[in-house]
Amino acid sequence: MPILDVHDVTVAYHRKPVLWDVDWTLDEPRLVGIVGPNGAGKSTLIKAMLGLVPLVSGTVNVFDQPVANVRRRIGYVPQRESVDWDFPVSVLDVALMGTYGSLGWFRRPGAKQRALAEKCLEMVGIRDLEQQQIGQLSGGQQQRTFLARALAQQADVYFMDEPFAGVDAATEQAIFQILRHLRQQGKTIVVVHHDLRTVPRYFDHLILLNVRLVASGPTATVFTDENLRKTYGGRLSILETVGAAVQAQERTP
Amino acid sequence: MSLLAFSDFHLAFWSIAVGCVCGVACALLGCFLVLKRMSLLCDAVGHGMLPGIAIVVLLTGTLSSFVLFVGAMVFGVLTAFLAQSLSRFGTVSEDSALGIVFTSLFAVGVVLLSRFLGHIDLDPGCVFYGLFEFVPTKTFILFDVEIPETFSPTLRELIATLVEVPEAFPTMLTALVITIVFVALFWKELQLAAFDPELASAMGYNAQLLHYLLVALVAACSVAAFEAVGVVVVLAMFIVPAATAQMLADRMRPMLLWAAAVAVVAAVVGYWLASPWVFACNVGGMIATVLGAELLLAVLFAPRHGVLAKLVRNFRLTLRIAGEEILAILYRARENQTRVDTFVLKDHGLSRFTIWLALVRLQRQGAIERGASGWQLTDTGAQQAESLVRAHRLWEAFLGENFELPLDHLHAPASRVEHFLGPELQKQLAEQLHEPSKDPHGKQIPPVHEPQMHSDKST
Repeated sequence: MPILDVHDVTVAYHRKPVLWDVDWTLDEPRLVGIVGPNGAGKSTLIKAMLGLVPLVSGTVNVFDQPVANVRRRIGYVPQRESVDWDFPVSVLDVALMGTYGSLGWFRRPGAKQRALAEKCLEMVGIRDLEQQQIGQLSGGQQQRTFLARALAQQADVYFMDEPFAGVDAATEQAIFQILRHLRQQGKTIVVVHHDLRTVPRYFDHLILLNVRLVASGPTATVFTDENLRKTYGGRLSILETVGAAVQAQERTP
Repeated sequence: MSLLAFSDFHLAFWSIAVGCVCGVACALLGCFLVLKRMSLLCDAVGHGMLPGIAIVVLLTGTLSSFVLFVGAMVFGVLTAFLAQSLSRFGTVSEDSALGIVFTSLFAVGVVLLSRFLGHIDLDPGCVFYGLFEFVPTKTFILFDVEIPETFSPTLRELIATLVEVPEAFPTMLTALVITIVFVALFWKELQLAAFDPELASAMGYNAQLLHYLLVALVAACSVAAFEAVGVVVVLAMFIVPAATAQMLADRMRPMLLWAAAVAVVAAVVGYWLASPWVFACNVGGMIATVLGAELLLAVLFAPRHGVLAKLVRNFRLTLRIAGEEILAILYRARENQTRVDTFVLKDHGLSRFTIWLALVRLQRQGAIERGASGWQLTDTGAQQAESLVRAHRLWEAFLGENFELPLDHLHAPASRVEHFLGPELQKQLAEQLHEPSKDPHGKQIPPVHEPQMHSDKST
């Protein structure tokens, strides 16, 4: 049974395709890196897998089921900039949000959820900050808070959007240790990543993306000069032209 | 019934009650709008619901019916929905879409009102300004009680006031109760959807549904409040208490409580200021004015985010830097065996007053003393100065190692940074530089002492 099955997925914003016919299957738990230049559709791909953006075509299955059926087994770490860090909540409040998915409508988190959230903060090393308002944290501490929230989701598959962006060296190491720990527990983690230097060390499976899937598979075989050249060596200009044509056609029916 | 038939107490009591109930309901919902950065939405909903009201009045012929809420809520949600659709399917940005939709709907409402409803008691003036003063004059009797003659006059008046309830009050109270129930019931979902809507969706919560529920309630509270305070002042009741509360609280629950408190204060103080004994003016307008004043007070005096607090923090920092500079100067003077009588700290933009204040403070702390040979460090002062000079010279060493800077360029940057290098950072620096004993100028870097100087570092 495949863990993740992305079948021929195309995603468009304002009708212009930003991700073309991505077809990818993962059969075993892996620590997966999604790598590609700016605007390659890396975030869009994980949002498509999470069911957060409508698909123009194709299907996504997680554990052989539509995403909507298995939400409790999925954890998500959005980009750090996607939320307002002046929001009036404490670090513990944010970690507790991780448990909301298992609670369902109306039920409030209780002592059990609180203990779990505290344990997760402990794991990422910011237990002592739990009563701080989140705006007082450094960038690295904010990212750790997000990671603690994801751990509190107790998922089997995690999607993380640039968890290493803008964090200090110590936090980067701490996050990587936790990802590896999760991986050893048999979880699958899909990470959008931008630092090519650390790719071979961090990930055992790789997706090279540039509007289309350039290559995917074990890092050892996929992370080659030629594949990187294909990924970073500019778009396929014909795709851009066709995309613009699709957009223009549909605008004037 | 004429205005004169009611005692001043009755008018004041019920006016303030109406102001509080409307204000609190709006303030609670306003918190979520402000946190979602959608303040404009309540403006839009407040205006866009007007055709709903007009249609309901047209069909039923009355203003005080439950159906009025339904009409307002339908058109409120429609406003939000149309705006969202317009920005998605048209080539219009989100804020202009909202602006287009609500002004158009409001215009339709005005047209309907002026064409068909000229004869009904709902004039555009009331829509804009509200008729706060008249709300308590249309009443009904809650209980028909006989008030015993033996009661004191005050008690009798209180009972008489409480049983004669303004017609608008029950609907407003309902709006408040529904709002509180909504917030309590969906507390966790509202918080999550406001903070991180994507995660809410990823977890399977229908953030969109919650959003439209919120919009519907905003419409309901707007309609409950607008007869009293008018369509423009309602906006202030939504946004201003929430914005004030945001300055004062850094948790959700305190924020909502603060917002409610701000609304209540505005209702009481606003009514009093608008009364014939003070300014004799429009109550709704005065309530909004008081809200504005409360916000201003919060901006100035809020403990963490206020202007005054920031000034105080800045001055404290300046004073600390001045004190540390003085200690460092005296330390170097002792090294070079020179005499110090006056301090000039032009590099740091420190005024003579600040230097004087810093000197007084250091003297009181027993860090420095003035003797026959000028200013001198005491033992405690010397210890503090040592840590500072250590930080300064470590930073110079760090700059010398890592930056292409001539030797005479090292002092100024080090003087800026030295005040922020606590014991932990000093330790890291020393480790990275392999525990240097001398700075690039060849001066001795003082060894570590028990750290005390930077224990109160305020960053």
